[in-house]
Amino acid sequence: MPLDNNNRVFKSVGTSPLRPDGLDKVTGRARFGADATASGMLWGRIVRSPHAHARIRSIDTSKAEALPGVKAVVTRADFATGLDGDIGDILENVMASEKALYQGHAVAAVAATSPSIARKAAKLIVVDYEVLPHVTDVDEAMKPDAPVLNEKIFTEGLAEKPTKPSNVVKRIEIGHGDVEKGFAAADVIIEHSFRTEATHQGYIEPHACLASAGPDGQGELWCCTQGHFMVRDTCAQLLGMDVSKLRVTASEIGGGFGGKTTVFIEPTALALSRKANRPVKIVMPREEVFVASGPTASSSIDIKIGATKDGRITAADAVLRYQGGAFPGSPVEMGAMTAFACYELEHVRCIGFEVVTNRPKAAAYRAPGAPMSAFAVESVIAELAEKLNIDPIELRLKNAVKEGSRSSYGPVFGPIGLIETLEAAKAHPHYSAPLGPNQGRGVASGFWFNFGGQTCTSLNVNIDGTVTLSVGTPDIGGSRASMCLMAAEELGIPYESVRTIIADTSSLGYNDVTDGSRVTFASGLATIAAARNAIKVLCERAAKMWGIPADAVIWEEGYAKPAGANAGEFEPLSLADIAKVAGNTGGPIAGHHEVNIETAGPSFATHIVDAEVDPETGRTQITRYTVVQDAGKAVHRAYVEGQFQGGAVQGIGWVLNECYIYGEDGVLQNAGFLDYRIPVASDLPMIDTVIVEVPNPGHPYGVRGVGETSIVPPLAAVANAVSAAAGVRLTELPMSPPRILVALEER
Amino acid sequence: MKQMTVSTTINGDVVEFLCEPDETLLDVLRNRLNLTGSKEGCGTGDCGACSVTLDGRLVCSCLVLGAEVNGREIGTIEGVADGDTLHPLQSKFLEHAALQCGICTPGILVAAKSLLERNPDPTETEVRYWLAGNLCRCTGYDKIIRAVLDTAAEMRGA
Ligand code: FES
Ligand code: FES
Repeated sequence: MPLDNNNRVFKSVGTSPLRPDGLDKVTGRARFGADATASGMLWGRIVRSPHAHARIRSIDTSKAEALPGVKAVVTRADFATGLDGDIGDILENVMASEKALYQGHAVAAVAATSPSIARKAAKLIVVDYEVLPHVTDVDEAMKPDAPVLNEKIFTEGLAEKPTKPSNVVKRIEIGHGDVEKGFAAADVIIEHSFRTEATHQGYIEPHACLASAGPDGQGELWCCTQGHFMVRDTCAQLLGMDVSKLRVTASEIGGGFGGKTTVFIEPTALALSRKANRPVKIVMPREEVFVASGPTASSSIDIKIGATKDGRITAADAVLRYQGGAFPGSPVEMGAMTAFACYELEHVRCIGFEVVTNRPKAAAYRAPGAPMSAFAVESVIAELAEKLNIDPIELRLKNAVKEGSRSSYGPVFGPIGLIETLEAAKAHPHYSAPLGPNQGRGVASGFWFNFGGQTCTSLNVNIDGTVTLSVGTPDIGGSRASMCLMAAEELGIPYESVRTIIADTSSLGYNDVTDGSRVTFASGLATIAAARNAIKVLCERAAKMWGIPADAVIWEEGYAKPAGANAGEFEPLSLADIAKVAGNTGGPIAGHHEVNIETAGPSFATHIVDAEVDPETGRTQITRYTVVQDAGKAVHRAYVEGQFQGGAVQGIGWVLNECYIYGEDGVLQNAGFLDYRIPVASDLPMIDTVIVEVPNPGHPYGVRGVGETSIVPPLAAVANAVSAAAGVRLTELPMSPPRILVALEER
Repeated sequence: MKQMTVSTTINGDVVEFLCEPDETLLDVLRNRLNLTGSKEGCGTGDCGACSVTLDGRLVCSCLVLGAEVNGREIGTIEGVADGDTLHPLQSKFLEHAALQCGICTPGILVAAKSLLERNPDPTETEVRYWLAGNLCRCTGYDKIIRAVLDTAAEMRGA
């Protein structure tokens, strides 16, 4: 659907009404993953490998089975066989077969009548392991003599097919032009290596589900997920069930950020339930969330950028090495595609290596792959600005992509808002405010593709003139409110007259996962189209009521009106007027829309950060933060700001503190919120926001996704601020106090 | 294990329950009394999602044993609104969009209410330090802090 037009005046869209699910959430009534119960319910518990890498010689479940209260024990034998490729990897991750590939890898599970019996039973399962050498570091894992995780991995994408298996899954290369030629034309070349550590999405709600499956092959599942249709399809395959026989309901979801876009415990709960023929609930303890659900990749990156004296970039080159944990699927490709996406480059190249290690399988985390490569690139850009003595925003403006630019990853950009964010940042009072002692200011820009995908919505007009909208994308941060706003806008009725529900998998066609910043864009687009289809029916019914042809009726601001010379004179009919008599004019009135949206609407952001480094302790305090981002069109302004602020703060945590720390034994040392410390309220200043609106031509209202772009610039923006404050360039994350102290000493 | 009988007051109502000696108050509230408004984010006292008041003191219910609360008074999120009248904090949280996913919200509301009862006129820094034990991964805290400060101002005016 093309953009309506740039000058449309909106009534509902762009306001910030109270969210429809708000009351439930402030009173404790909302039901999240762990809040459901069923009669006769059992408690499931998963047994996990204590070793980073070990062959499973045997599993003895007899003692656990003999414990009173234990109703079922499952191992890999209780799942489908013959799966390979991605789905085979998912199954292997859900329940190990021959080898445990990381500490925390599931090897068996029990279901019992109480949580404490389940815990005891889990301890009674005896696994005989042959411990193998392991590797958790990305650079170590690439060495020729590193312990190999999977004998079947032969690096793809090399000129010559390797003869030996290794931990390098593939090599990719993107770009255009001739970087050597570009560097030859440069007056200045800057080259640096960077390292980032894995971070966890850190959603406050641990994974939880309630499964009920019977020997008749039917099942129901209640779970916290970003995509219940994905859960249904995946679980059905892992358990050898018919997709139609598994009904999945998405609970309220207590955060995900990409980490709830796959299955971990759901298939196991179903397997236990099927075996016990009773409902089974599994809730991951927080420690298991850290060791056995997906963090993001750690990375090792080399960047080389050349420019002329006046600040024009002549060539850009990157080598990215990302580990994705124990299975293929690291986001290195997206890291490579986003690395230089902000810049118009004639000569650009990104080489990426995807590496497996003895760590939990990486999952998506907000703009997967992009924050790390942006950290490296934007750090070099900052240094280039210093060296050339050009204002860092000016330098970016000089090289920024705009409509018509060929992106570093290939396609030509349509209307985009990078320049607008840079101009707005430059004009913001923050950018010219004075700095105090030991303070530094950093800026950085960032890009994310955003995503469309398979989407299906259904809009039903009720007898009293209200509307019920069914969408299939879980509401993770207020999207119900956006859907209500768009439906109300299109139909011309009050926001309060629309109720949006998240339909279960048996009530609506397939919907892709809530990811890729796609929901407000794609489910929104489908909602608008469904509303337009309902309007068509409403006009037909009005025509019938008036006895005139359907094409002589138009819809304006919530009313059917006769249009054209021969339509006659009739009082306009409201949606409620038409709905009231729907039974006499042809029956229920509804609008549907099903689509696979191939376009998206990329979004850019520029962040400004002030940081103060304490020279005595090496501690960093963020003193001021401003996010400027293009939303295309902000549907619910307050929740758009919230996405900006949340992404920025996750980024701050990533730069300053958060990281996975492994011991020599390959065991995670900080699997809890005490030692894996995400930012708390007292660590932060207020986060200022500026919403830029460059309409996306691929959406009728101009909406772009906003959720992910907000975490792309902060790593670099904070790093640039800290480096400026410390007077030394820091290239390794996290920039924790000990690391900063060392840098200060070496300065 | 032998179960124990515990008699308490929860949100003003007399409540008796049976629990095992090693069961936490959070487990009792959620699994035995069906008061699922208090959430478990960590189970180790690090996230604040399970915040309740015990004889007026703010505690992590995951660190209190069910057996310990015999004869004591507990306040949970379910008791923050007065019938169909929301507490001003609840209204302000909605108005300021101070929740995204909402999982941290019950704990943060219980903690913020307890702050305002002690200190009706907190500074921004005081609010930030008081709420430092309540993790929120979605909002960046900005709108939460604004909502608490705005509530405090309104309640002082009223
Ligand atoms: S669950 Fe009690 S503090 Fe996290
Ligand atoms: S709103 Fe999601 S954790 Fe706070």
